[in-house]
Amino acid sequence: MSILNSKIPEGSISEKWSNHKANIKVVSPANKRKLEVIVIGTGLAGASAAASLSELGYNVKAFCYQDSPRRAHSIAAQGGINAAKNYQNDNDSVYRLFYDTIKGGDYRSREANVHRLAEVSPNIIDQCVAQGVPFAREYGGLLSNRSFGGVLVSRTFYARGQTGQQLLLGAYSALNRQIAEGGVKMYTRHEMIDLVTIDGKARGIIARDMVTGEIKPFGAHAVVIASGGYGNVFFLSTNAMGCNASASWVCYKKGAFFANPCYVQIHPTCIPVHGSQQSKLTLMSESLRNDGRVWAPKKQEDAEKLRKGLIGPNDIADEDRDFYLERRYPSYGNLVPRDVASRAAKERCDAGFGVNSEGKAVYLDFKYAIERLGRHTIEKRYGNLFQMYEKITDTDPYKEPMQIYPAIHYTMGGTWVDYNLMTTIPGLYALGEANFSDHGANRLGASALMQGLADGYFVLPYTIGDYLAGEIMVPKIDTNRPEFIEAEKSATAKLEKLFNIKGKTPVDHFHKKLGHIMWEYVGMARNAEGLTKAIQEIQELRVEFYKDLLVPGELKNVNPELEKAGRVADFIELGELLARDALNRNESCGGHFREESSTEEGEAKRDDENFAYVAAWEFKGVDAEPVLHKEELVFETIHLTQRSYK
Amino acid sequence: MADKILNKIYVKVWRQNSAKAKGRFETYTVENISQGNSFLEMIDILNDQLILGGKDPIAFDHDCREGICGMCSLYINGHAHGPDTLVTTCQLHMRKFSEGQTITVEPWRVGAFPVIKDVMVDRTAFEKIQQAGGFVSVNTGGVPDGNTIPISQDDAEEAMDAAACIGCGACAATCKNSSAMLFLAAKVSQFAKLPQGQVEAKRRAKAMYAKMDELGFGGCTNTGACELACPKSISIAHIARLNREYLKAKIAD
Repeated sequence: MSILNSKIPEGSISEKWSNHKANIKVVSPANKRKLEVIVIGTGLAGASAAASLSELGYNVKAFCYQDSPRRAHSIAAQGGINAAKNYQNDNDSVYRLFYDTIKGGDYRSREANVHRLAEVSPNIIDQCVAQGVPFAREYGGLLSNRSFGGVLVSRTFYARGQTGQQLLLGAYSALNRQIAEGGVKMYTRHEMIDLVTIDGKARGIIARDMVTGEIKPFGAHAVVIASGGYGNVFFLSTNAMGCNASASWVCYKKGAFFANPCYVQIHPTCIPVHGSQQSKLTLMSESLRNDGRVWAPKKQEDAEKLRKGLIGPNDIADEDRDFYLERRYPSYGNLVPRDVASRAAKERCDAGFGVNSEGKAVYLDFKYAIERLGRHTIEKRYGNLFQMYEKITDTDPYKEPMQIYPAIHYTMGGTWVDYNLMTTIPGLYALGEANFSDHGANRLGASALMQGLADGYFVLPYTIGDYLAGEIMVPKIDTNRPEFIEAEKSATAKLEKLFNIKGKTPVDHFHKKLGHIMWEYVGMARNAEGLTKAIQEIQELRVEFYKDLLVPGELKNVNPELEKAGRVADFIELGELLARDALNRNESCGGHFREESSTEEGEAKRDDENFAYVAAWEFKGVDAEPVLHKEELVFETIHLTQRSYK
Repeated sequence: MADKILNKIYVKVWRQNSAKAKGRFETYTVENISQGNSFLEMIDILNDQLILGGKDPIAFDHDCREGICGMCSLYINGHAHGPDTLVTTCQLHMRKFSEGQTITVEPWRVGAFPVIKDVMVDRTAFEKIQQAGGFVSVNTGGVPDGNTIPISQDDAEEAMDAAACIGCGACAATCKNSSAMLFLAAKVSQFAKLPQGQVEAKRRAKAMYAKMDELGFGGCTNTGACELACPKSISIAHIARLNREYLKAKIAD
């Protein structure tokens, strides 16, 4: 019997959330005023949670490492947000969104959580509209939709190619209103260094003021981690430079289990890597696959000429183009889910059909859409993305197809949470990309925004009450308690340790090395031999890191290198856990592809008999092996089948 | 297409150890830079060189590196976000620079944005303007169905044009008066074009305007420099709309 209690409510799938809401405790307005909540991160999940909790009357302290909550990386999400509104009359429903998400996640997510997500999805759109989010409209003034990968209906709401920006600015505006009213105290340029627990409950954090370098304690009755995913463990990803997993990681080291770290999403349409000095990768929205057609040359000799720059893509006749997604998956075509599209691109490039000088790119072509719809329509739909592409590559995508290649984009794994979004530490919650619960082994496009806002606006504000109702007699947390003093000391010691190594190698060198190991052995295709090797190499890298790291500057001043050193120290440990989890999961599912487990056609092969579980890891020490706890996934509503998009 | 290599460039950059410290320019030589690199990748390379040489690297703000978070904020060769148009600093590429060139890098020079360190500035003043009224006062829950508020496509598009502001501060940094009018206008105009914004329109325009003045930003004298510097090409037509909104609110007083 597992020690994990997911607290899934009783009742049929469509009744669980209602039943649960009816049964959980509620805190009175007078008592809410006495309670404090800390929220880490101000992306969609964090900002929406902080604003909503403050509206309810709780005292909130919100933290972000950027200079403004508006800069959180949710801002960069381009394509859209899903919701089961069925405005298009195309037979969409809560059930269909639920089903698509479970299937898209390759049957590795928790049914009850996903159904709740689908249930609250329409409310998110209403909320955002009320805030003044300028969603795209039809001529009649009603909301417009587009399609995304992995589904057969049109349920994605969008604001040009800047949907994440507009939704975040909506949540940011709600947050600003609460800051102005005094319900939220906002701490920008502050980074969480440690979690403080008292008698096993989360009671506060230790943060570093990134301007003065001061280490400060903050107390609260509950702590919410909404600090995003861990994609930057790969060094090159579509994440922002500052995106990090340290908040989640210190919670892991304090006893919060970390679930399914091997589920990493590799996005098929990113601008390919150039040279060796690149700092990050840029995504081209999945929405482009609505109108763009993906292809590689049919003939090897054409691919070779393209790689040498002897010919251009427009020199290749239509009959010599291999629209491989349309060929392999006729019913979904260019709109297959991300994991499928990524592997198909890798397959073509590995087979020698890649088109850039490194042989690691395929085409995303708008020629056909421009012929069909006219340049003006395409410009209106994707103008900002085309502009972005041109600025980066110096190539005009209206005239020549985009070059694309898969890149690390999103992490489905994260801190383990129960149905209430509470971690294995009482009073500690994890929301949005930071938790693991809704996307299984692969996230569908336009679902990250949906989940972040669902958690923050409509789930946590209900479920946190169930815990806080039991805390109303607890006075304001005193940060002079020995637990805080102790945590402050250890946070200071951790930073001093990094600072005082005074070796010869700047932190980025270690980060790049880690990224190289991860991409090589723990990337798009994994096998036991490579993973074992990765674990060993990461351990060696950790030893080298603590021997030879060079952090310049001062401890008590702005010091980006010190910030990075702390994050990379955590990434090195997380990378090892990721590889361990990938090694343990000897099946292919969603974004996790084990070469040992594939069909004859090269498609991912799941093993439901042995792996239909959530792998939740318990920390036992940096040099000790973590302990695996299994949460069996019970499918009461959906029948498990091998995923097919053919 | 292989990118050309710049064998040698000179980077003349503002160094200032803290808000209170005296600043100065330092010039560094950077070699072997691919023109395919972004400007910030060039700074990364320079910083690596500084660290290995036992010096303190240049502190600068940056995050998403795809032109949307608004964190990057460098004044390059006399232009906010550098010589290219419609880009943020992070989207600027080295192909805009030539062999042997001296590139001058400064922080935003705005009184309301004090320097924190080197070319990193404190833009808390922008936060305060937003907190003064950049929102529709609706709580979570209890809102009507999204389609009960029809909005003409033109209005939605215009609202979106304004809402595209990334809050980087290039407008204020470029304005000879250090005015934040374009930043303020972007928010007020977004809500002015939407029915959701009407209820609080008067209060919003007055409160945000007053806050901007209080924080020490200068007045607008319609030079239009902000529009040219804006990486999201937000039009000064939104300033005109802000002025109308403000006037309407004042007349109603």
